[in-house]
Amino acid sequence: MTRVVTLKIDDIDATGREDETVLEVALEHGIQIPRLCALEGLTPVGACRLCLVEIEGTGRLLPACTTRVAEGMVVKTNSERLRKYRRMTIEMLFAEGNHVCSVCVVNGRCELQDLAVRLGVDHIRIPYLYPKRAVDASHERFALDPNRCVLCTRCVRVCGEIEGAHTWDLMSRGIDSAVITDLHTPWGESDTCTTCGKCVQVCPTGALFEKGMAVGEMTKRASFLATLAASREDGR
Amino acid sequence: MAQRIVIDPVTRIEGHAKITIQLDDAGEVADAHFHVTQVRGFEKFVEGRPFHEMPSLMARICGICPVSHLVASAKACDELLAVEIPETATKLRQILNLAQMIQSHALSFFYLSSPDLLLGMDEVPEKRSLFGVAEADPVLARDGVRLRQIGQTIIELLGGKRIHPGWVVPGGVNAPLSEDARDAMLAMIPEGLDIARRTLEWYRTVLPYFEDEIATFANVKTLFMGLTNAENTLEFYDGPVRIINGTGEVIADQLSADHYTEFLQEAVEPWSFLKTPFYRPMGYPDGVYRVGPLARLNIVGRCGTPRADEYLGLFREQDTQSSFHYHTARLIEIMYGLEKVGMLLREPDILSKRTRAVAEPNRSWGVGISEAPRGTLLHHYEIDDNGLITRANLIIATGNNNYAMDRGVYEVAKRYVRGGSLNDGMLNRVESIIRAFDPCLSCSTHAVGQMPMQVELLTPNGEVVEVLKR
Ligand code: FES
Repeated sequence: MTRVVTLKIDDIDATGREDETVLEVALEHGIQIPRLCALEGLTPVGACRLCLVEIEGTGRLLPACTTRVAEGMVVKTNSERLRKYRRMTIEMLFAEGNHVCSVCVVNGRCELQDLAVRLGVDHIRIPYLYPKRAVDASHERFALDPNRCVLCTRCVRVCGEIEGAHTWDLMSRGIDSAVITDLHTPWGESDTCTTCGKCVQVCPTGALFEKGMAVGEMTKRASFLATLAASREDGR
Repeated sequence: MAQRIVIDPVTRIEGHAKITIQLDDAGEVADAHFHVTQVRGFEKFVEGRPFHEMPSLMARICGICPVSHLVASAKACDELLAVEIPETATKLRQILNLAQMIQSHALSFFYLSSPDLLLGMDEVPEKRSLFGVAEADPVLARDGVRLRQIGQTIIELLGGKRIHPGWVVPGGVNAPLSEDARDAMLAMIPEGLDIARRTLEWYRTVLPYFEDEIATFANVKTLFMGLTNAENTLEFYDGPVRIINGTGEVIADQLSADHYTEFLQEAVEPWSFLKTPFYRPMGYPDGVYRVGPLARLNIVGRCGTPRADEYLGLFREQDTQSSFHYHTARLIEIMYGLEKVGMLLREPDILSKRTRAVAEPNRSWGVGISEAPRGTLLHHYEIDDNGLITRANLIIATGNNNYAMDRGVYEVAKRYVRGGSLNDGMLNRVESIIRAFDPCLSCSTHAVGQMPMQVELLTPNGEVVEVLKR
């Protein structure tokens, strides 16, 4: 039987099941933690590091989305130190890609943009890398603009875990990392893609989008995921 | 000793430019040039982008006339879709384009040029601004501000914001017009018309003071180019291209923008980053032409709206070759724009909910042409099978006037500048010829500029002998 544990998150007395993560328990108690890669319904991977929290007794910062709660834990989710690191992370994401919000299909409805605003990122203090990355618009309905990709891998996970197609994957390491379809062949030539569009809906930025959309016209709907995941668990 | 005068940057224009005047040993003007000194590279960096992004991307060329680029770009994209867009969408885009013309013309006339016209070319530089105008003639200044506001407000009511609205999309516009917005726009028209009339009547009285400038200001014979329509009236949104010569004869008509490369070619001169287009069959420089308000009023039979046509006579009785009359034509076009916006807003289908055609790309290239405030504007895109841009070419309104501006600078410098007694009024005249064209250099080279002015007198080997600062 799973035990119930009690802990403190930002001075609030919280309870949760021992198999839950800090993020899940925090959300259950109305505490929001910034995040880009975690999404209800998908396995957490701790890729973006925006949800880092301070846990008393641990020197390191730990991602709330992959850290399990424990009895007596004391968690801080919003210290000045954390805010500083989060701003820095966002700045690095902007500097690493080519994020031109003003001409982006999700301008005004982008999770990265929202976070930047919420965390008070008004300047990028590190030099932009301006990588040269080609758009893949070979799919008949969707397109991938890797310039806007933050490597959250939501697309990879939703495609593998929910749709079961496993079209998306990660390629290379470090600065060269990229999401690819099949064995790095054009999306439009993919044998495995079912054109379900789940990857497009869960993508937090404008990296994956529906073709034919002009600037600011695309709204992502990721809410289907929680319902879908829940009904599968129920065996329905 | 031979000297060179450099005016850098040129003030009260949109963008960044430089003028150099070469004096000979006797202190007379030997030559003069208009240099556009910056490059921005839009045509290059749009390569590889999805074409649906183009209207918004290209609008970023300019913060003053983003709407002009939106319209020309969206029209090029319509061609890529190979669809006919809903009629209401066309009318709404026309209104947007005219509102843009009204606000831009108001900016040019009232903010940038009225100081010269009201206070005179020789007024001290500290006074020669809109603030000086506000002191000397508060009504004129207030009229200018209000007129610009009317244009901007129409843009905002249509597109959701004043600068860079995302409302114009390939295939039409992405939201229909509401009744409230229409009524709000209609309510502003009468006031705008009053301002236009008041300004034209005032302008009529100051014209005689500028006889000398009118005679010298780029009074070069060039061709004129602009869009026309079946009624032979002013056309800002679509229609075939017409070219006339300096004596008013039509030398080419019904030219389709799709085949622009057959009749237009671009020359490159060493002194400027701004390319100079010319009418291909006549070669360079015989085939150079002017565009914009002066050209448009020269090529049409009449304006096509009653009040503007009333004032067309004021223009026609002038020497319509003189670039000074860009100002005259600009005021008449403001009147036309306000009247035409009113007419379009009263069309029965203007509130129709059908404003967008949805399609996949059906053609590999498209050319969009329209009249921007400063003249004919052309966007040409080519795409691959997936709808990504492979090539873009833009012919920008201001670029069309490059040659005339350059020669205008020379004519004015020759007439007014004397090496021995260099003074500010002389140099202001040289700048004001450029202002008459209302160039948007940010657009034409795609650069932004800040403009305090500095004039340097240089010896032939570049030594600075005198600096004149404003
Ligand atoms: S949300 Fe936890 S690491 Fe991204």
